[in-house]
Amino acid sequence: MRDTLGQVYHLARRSVVRQARQPANVVAPIIFPLGLLAVNSGGLQPATAIPGFPTDRFVAFALAIPFMQGALFATMNAGTDLARDIQTGFLNRLSLTPVRGVALVVGQLAGVAFVATIQAVVYVLVAYAVHVHPAAGAAGVVVLLGLAIAIAIGFGAAGVFMALRTGSGESVQGLFPVLFVFLLVSSMNFPRNLIEAGWFRWLATVNPVSYLIEGLRSLIIEGWNGEALALAFAFSGILIALSLVASGFALRTRMTRT
Amino acid sequence: MVGDSNGIEVEGLVREFKDLRAVDGIDLAVAPGEIYGFLGPNGAGKSTTVHMLTTLLPPTAGRATVAGFDVVKNGPEVRRAIGAALQEAALDPLLTGRDHMRLQTALHGIPRHERAGRSDELLERVGLTLAADRRVRTYSGGMKRRLDLALALVHSPRILFLDEPTTGLDPQSRNALWGEVGRLAKEEGVTVFLTTQYLEEADVLADRVGIIDHGHIVAEGTPTDLKAQIGRPTVEITPADPEQRIRVAEILRRFGELVQVSPDSVAVRCAHGDLDLAEIIRTLDAEGLAVANLQLHAPSLDDVFLEKTGRTLEGAAAEADLDPEPEPARR
Repeated sequence: MRDTLGQVYHLARRSVVRQARQPANVVAPIIFPLGLLAVNSGGLQPATAIPGFPTDRFVAFALAIPFMQGALFATMNAGTDLARDIQTGFLNRLSLTPVRGVALVVGQLAGVAFVATIQAVVYVLVAYAVHVHPAAGAAGVVVLLGLAIAIAIGFGAAGVFMALRTGSGESVQGLFPVLFVFLLVSSMNFPRNLIEAGWFRWLATVNPVSYLIEGLRSLIIEGWNGEALALAFAFSGILIALSLVASGFALRTRMTRT
Repeated sequence: MVGDSNGIEVEGLVREFKDLRAVDGIDLAVAPGEIYGFLGPNGAGKSTTVHMLTTLLPPTAGRATVAGFDVVKNGPEVRRAIGAALQEAALDPLLTGRDHMRLQTALHGIPRHERAGRSDELLERVGLTLAADRRVRTYSGGMKRRLDLALALVHSPRILFLDEPTTGLDPQSRNALWGEVGRLAKEEGVTVFLTTQYLEEADVLADRVGIIDHGHIVAEGTPTDLKAQIGRPTVEITPADPEQRIRVAEILRRFGELVQVSPDSVAVRCAHGDLDLAEIIRTLDAEGLAVANLQLHAPSLDDVFLEKTGRTLEGAAAEADLDPEPEPARR
């Protein structure tokens, strides 16, 4: 167990160093979602006048979206890094050491958590800068960071699975638009109860991404909403668990060492 | 067998990829402390064999023991005993040489207080002390290969696998690597299994050579013994007038089997050895054929390859480029 933790630490360190030495991997997931936030908040502010809209500032409503978009970037970064390791033979190098498979996956995800933490802190600072004070207070900010990191790890683990399954960075990048569709057909831009198109409301309701967004959003505009938080943590936990189990199977196939 | 040997023993080893039998029942034995050169063109089955012997790829059939451990049943024990620098130095361009050493020493379970010292020692040995804190993406091909070798040695392996370690290197880097590999075998008793497609490398470095083609070992022995099996030198003549190549070829055919060496010359493997040389010169002179260049080639490993497979190593490599061996890591 101690050996495995040591392996996780060293692989995590490598993952973090890699991320820190690729500024584009850290900066792009911050700039791109914040740019979209600025555009959406400006253009959709009138939507807050709709009766029943949960806040009078669209920027507060939309602030959860960058956390999700950042998580999607995490998927790409974690997956493409691992796919590159497979393609260059670095995974073979690691396979020749006594490293355990679980350490490989968890170590890789540590880099995701590192970037996700930086992203989340920046998003929260931006919120304060535009006078959006999370309704759940300081403790809520801590939970918000924790949930954001959990979601990023969940999506990152999906990227790791894709990389292990296909061994191809291109395939991992192909996952990005698919996940983006889930984001689009969610309650990203509108509360579910106010969506008038029945088919869209149904899609948003069965789409787990809606619950991840609503959990993040609840801390910003509502305060402490136990149900929303429980659903968000539950779905991110399920995503992490499913992705890790799938990654475990994929790793077994990928690392065929005897 | 217990793990007290530094040798390699292989019996009937087979690896199939769908319809392709990349390694087709090879047998070989490498003695402790020996440098064994595994020579063959691209796609011959060299890398697949290395992947099986290093436990990265399960064999389809057959048996192999490395350091006395079965590669299928005792994978972890085999990995503890071996070091490997596989084809294409697999390094992370964003990490420094020292980062690599830190990771490798830690994953191999070297005690924390020994890691820095071991890293420094190996980096110095491969001449990378000054570059240790530079990112690998700034390294030359030779530096990457040397780092690759240092990484393979962090846990003091008893057996070292080097898969085409000098491919793409300049002569200076190649000579430096040869020197270090030779030193490891002679001074530290490390057994070296070296794959190469370079005849010179096998000739200079290896105590014994196995020649593999289409998944079969077609010849095995010391370079000297293998060349002695051929025994006959080749005389290569470049006529002063290129138009006379056909006439020169007709004359040389009387002295033995014609072989292709270069497009500008005609070459014959002399049936009676060096004794034919004087007669060839006299005949060409009598026929009034001017010679621009004449070379007498002692038998080489390429001649051995030609004798055993009917092709030159270069020709086999060109063929292999059209029908390559599957990359074991991407099966």
